[in-house]
Amino acid sequence: MDLGNLASLRHFIPEMILAAGILAIVIFDLAFGDKSRPGALALILAALSLIAIGLGPASSGAWLFHRMLVFDSFAIYFRLLIGLAAVVAIWMSMGSEEVRGCDQGEYYAILLASTFAMFLMAESANLLMAYLALEFVSLTSYILTGFLRHNRRSLEAALKYLIYGGVASGTMIYGMSWIFGITGSLDFSVINKALSTPAHLPVLAVFIALVLILTGMGYKVSSVPFHMWAPDVYTGAPIPITTFLAIGSKAAGFALLTRFFFPAISHLAAGGSWTALAGVDWPQLLLFVCIITMTLGNLAALQQTNMKRLLAYSSIAQAGYALMGFVVLSNDGIRAMLFYLFAYYVMDAGAFLVVMIVANSTGREDVEAYRGLAWRGGIVPALALTIFLFSLTGIPLTVGFIGKFYLFAAVIKGQFYILAIVGILNSVVSLYYYLKPIRMMFFEQPRGDEGTVRFEAWNYGLMGVLACATIVFGLYWSPIISFANRSLSFFTGPT
Amino acid sequence: MSHALTLITFVPIAGMVLILALPDSMKNASKWIAVAATIPQLLIAIYLYENFDTTTSAVQFAEKASWMPAYHISYFIGVDGISISMILLTALIMFISVFASFGINRAEKGYYAMLLMLDTGMMGVFVSLDFFLFYIFWEVMLLPMYFLIGIWGGPRREYAAIKFFLYTLLGSVLILLAMLGLYYYGATPTFDLTELAANSSHYSIGFQRIAWIALFIGFAIKIPAFPFHTWLPDAHVEAPTAISVILAGVLLKMGTYGILRVNFAVLPAATYQLAWVFLGVIGTINIVYGAMCAMAQTDYKKLIAYSSISHMGYVMLGLAAFTTAGINGAVLQMFNHGTITAMLFILVGVIYDRAHHREINGFGGLAQQMPIYTAITGFAFFAGMGLPGMSAFISEVLVLLGAWQTHPLMVAFGAATAILTAGYLLWTFQRIYLGPLNEKYKDFPDLSFREAFTLVPLGIIVLILGVYPSAILNLLNTSLVHLNQVVLSTSGAAVAMLH
Repeated sequence: MDLGNLASLRHFIPEMILAAGILAIVIFDLAFGDKSRPGALALILAALSLIAIGLGPASSGAWLFHRMLVFDSFAIYFRLLIGLAAVVAIWMSMGSEEVRGCDQGEYYAILLASTFAMFLMAESANLLMAYLALEFVSLTSYILTGFLRHNRRSLEAALKYLIYGGVASGTMIYGMSWIFGITGSLDFSVINKALSTPAHLPVLAVFIALVLILTGMGYKVSSVPFHMWAPDVYTGAPIPITTFLAIGSKAAGFALLTRFFFPAISHLAAGGSWTALAGVDWPQLLLFVCIITMTLGNLAALQQTNMKRLLAYSSIAQAGYALMGFVVLSNDGIRAMLFYLFAYYVMDAGAFLVVMIVANSTGREDVEAYRGLAWRGGIVPALALTIFLFSLTGIPLTVGFIGKFYLFAAVIKGQFYILAIVGILNSVVSLYYYLKPIRMMFFEQPRGDEGTVRFEAWNYGLMGVLACATIVFGLYWSPIISFANRSLSFFTGPT
Repeated sequence: MSHALTLITFVPIAGMVLILALPDSMKNASKWIAVAATIPQLLIAIYLYENFDTTTSAVQFAEKASWMPAYHISYFIGVDGISISMILLTALIMFISVFASFGINRAEKGYYAMLLMLDTGMMGVFVSLDFFLFYIFWEVMLLPMYFLIGIWGGPRREYAAIKFFLYTLLGSVLILLAMLGLYYYGATPTFDLTELAANSSHYSIGFQRIAWIALFIGFAIKIPAFPFHTWLPDAHVEAPTAISVILAGVLLKMGTYGILRVNFAVLPAATYQLAWVFLGVIGTINIVYGAMCAMAQTDYKKLIAYSSISHMGYVMLGLAAFTTAGINGAVLQMFNHGTITAMLFILVGVIYDRAHHREINGFGGLAQQMPIYTAITGFAFFAGMGLPGMSAFISEVLVLLGAWQTHPLMVAFGAATAILTAGYLLWTFQRIYLGPLNEKYKDFPDLSFREAFTLVPLGIIVLILGVYPSAILNLLNTSLVHLNQVVLSTSGAAVAMLH
C-alpha cells in the first residue's frame, strides 16, 4: 500500500498525539507558567501515544506520506520501545532534583519533540527522511543535554555533542549523496532494486558510501569509533536525559541501522538468513566494529569512578553486544537484538534511576557515594541496583541473561565462534566493573560522611517496577520474544 | 510424594522469603527458620534414599513441565545414580552448616537468606535434567556465594569474593557456549540432557572435542583442577566457617558431577579420547601438587583447602579409569570428601573462633586443654589420610585399583602421595595439639554442644561408610556401570573416526 497524506494519518495517530502535546505544553506554559504541571501533561500524552500504538491498526505494512515513512510491525516494536523510554524519562524528570530548577515547559516540550523525532527515525523509508529525523533527534538532544544552563559540565557536554553530531551527520549525508548518485533514488526499496543488479554495481563506491552512512548511524548507537561523545554527554546531561539518550536514542539508532542495512541493501533468503550485497563486505566491517565496541567499552569502564561515566562506557559495550545480533545476518540475530534492546531498556533505565535517587539525596554521582549504602538505610536501592547490574552482566534470573542467551544462540547458530568467544570474555570482564558499586554498597562499612538516601515514593515506585520487570522477564520472557518475533517483518513494497 | 524433588529444591526458597519478611526486631528467629527449612530437606533426602530403585539406571522421581516451548526448554528434574548421593550430601551438609553458622552476629537476616538461596542453587544443579535449567541453577548459586564471602568473610574478603566470582563466571560462560553448540548441532534441538545423551553419536568428533574442552574448563574451575585452582585457597581462607564447609562439602562436587552428567553422558566419544590427559594427568597433578602445597602452608585453613584440592584429584583420576571400580570409587570419593572435608573445616572454625588466628605454629599442646576437640580432630585427620575403617579408605582404594589397569603410572603417583598426606596431617597435628601447652590458650573451653552436634553426625557417617560402603555404592552402581559402558562402547567408533 502506498498511502497519500490524508490516508496516512490513520497510522500516524501516536505521532500526532505527541505533536499536539508539544503545542499544548507550550501554550499552557505560556498561559499558566509552572502551575500548568507540564511534567504531568507530558507523561499523560506520552502514555496516550503508547496506548495509541497499542490500539492502532494492525500492520499489514504500508508506506505513509508518499513513501516517506513506512508502517510495519518492526516500526511498531521500536515505537513502543521509544515511547516507553520517553515515559521513563519523563517520570524520572518529575522526580529529579536537577531538573526541578529548569524551565519546565520548554523541557518537557523538547523531550516530547525528541520522542516524536525518534518515532520518525524508526519509520523512515527514505534516506532524506532518515536524515531529517536523525538531525531532529540530535538537535533536541543537544538542547536537553545542555539544559542545566548554570552547570559547566552540562554546557560542555552539549557543545561536544553538537560538534561530534555535526561532523557525523555531515559525513552521513555525504554518503547518502553517493548512494543517490549510484542508484538515482533516496527511497529504500528503489535503492534495493537498483543495487541488486550486481553486473553494474560499483562495488568500491557503494562500500565507501556505506562507511560514510555508518558514521552517522554508528554515532547514534554510540559504537566505536563514533562513541567519543558518549561518556562526556552521559556524565554532563541531567540524569533523566542521560537515561533517555541511553535507551531511547540508542533504540532509535538501532531501528534506523537495521532498516537501512537489512531491508534497504540486503536480501532475505530462505530460512531467515540475509544475503549482503555481492562484493560489498559490510558485514565484515560491522563484525569488526562490534568486537571493538564491546571490548573498548568494557575496558574503558574498568577504571571509571563516576557512576554515570561507568554506565556510559557500559552502554557502549552493551551496544556492542546488541550489534552481535546484527552481524550474524539472520532473522534470529535481529530478533535477539530486538529482545536485547528491550532487556537493555529495563535494566539500564533502572540503573540510572538508582543513580538519580542517590544523587537526589546526596548530590553525588561518584562510586564513593555508595559506600556502605546497604548498611545506612539504603538497602532497597542497593538491592535494586544490584539486580540491574547483575542483569547488565547477564547473570541468570534476570532479563539481561535471557537477552544474552538469545544473542549467543544466534551467534553460535551462525557459527561465528570468534565473536562468541570475544563476547563471553567481555561478559566476564564487565563483571569486574559492575561489581564495583555492588562491592561498595555491601562490603564496605559507611564512614558516616556519605549522607542518607531518603525515601521518595515517586522514584521508588518506578524503581520497584523496573526491578520486578528485570526479574519477571528473566523467568517468563515468552511474551516479549514472541512479540519480537512478530516484529521481524519489514514492509518493502507490495509483493 | 510426586513432587519430592521440587520440594527439596524450593523449600529453602520458602524459608528465604520468610526470613526476608521478618521484621528487624525478630532477626534472631532467622537462624531457626533456616533450621526449619533444612530439616524437611533432610527428611525428603532420606525418603528419596529409601525409595530409590537401585536396579535401574533410569531417571526416577522425574517431573517435567514445559517452560519455553519455542526453545525446547523445560522444567525437567529427576534423580539417577549419578545424582542421588549428591542430593543426600547437599541436604546433610546444609543442615550441618546452618548450625555451624550460629556464630554469625552481623546482618543475620541477610546471611541466612543467602545461605538458603545457595541451598536451592546447589540442590537445583543436582536435580536438573534440562541443561538450561542446570545452567540457571549453576549461576544462581554464584550470587549468594559472592555475598556470603564478601560480606561475612575475613580481612581480604573482597579480593577473595571477586576472584571466586570472576573465575567461576568465566567457567560458566564457556559452559553456556558449549550448551548452545550442543543445542544447535544435535540430532534435534533440545536441552533435555537425557535426550542429548541418547543422541550423542550425532555429533562429529571434532565438535565433540571442542565442546568437551569448553565444558571441562567450566567444570574444572569448580573442582578446582590445576591450573584453575588458585581461587579456592583464597575463598576458603576468607569465607566464614559454614561457607567453607559448603564450599568444600558440596560446591566442589558440582564440578565433577557436571563432568559426569554432561561430558561423560553427552559426549562419550570425546570423553574416551580426552579423559586420560584432562582427568587423569590433571587429576594426578592435583593429588601431588595439592599435597605438596598443603605441606608448605602455615595457615591451618589454607592447609585444609590444599588438602581438599589434593583429594579431589582422586575423583578425577577415578573418572579417567573407565573401569567399574574407578568410576564407583570416584563418586563415592565425592561423597566421602564432602563429609570429611566438612568436618575438617568445622574443626578449623572451632579453634579460630577461640584464638582468632589460624597460624599453625602459633598453637601447641591443645590436647591438654581440649581433649574432646583433639580426639575428634585426630579422628578426622585419620579419615583424611584414608586409614582403613574410615570411608575415604574405601573410595581411594577403589579409585587406585580401578585406575591401575588403565593408568599405572598415575596410580603410582597417587598412591605415593598418601605418604605426603600422612606427613602434612601428622605434622600439623603435632604442631597444634601436641607438645607443651601454649600459655595463652589455657582458658579455652572444649567443644560446645553445638559444635559437637555439627561434627558427630559426620563422624558417624565416615565410620559407617568405612565398614559398610554399600550404603552409598548400591545407589550409584547401576547408573555408573551403564554410563561407563556408554563411554567404552564409543571407543571402537572413535578410533574408526580418527583414521
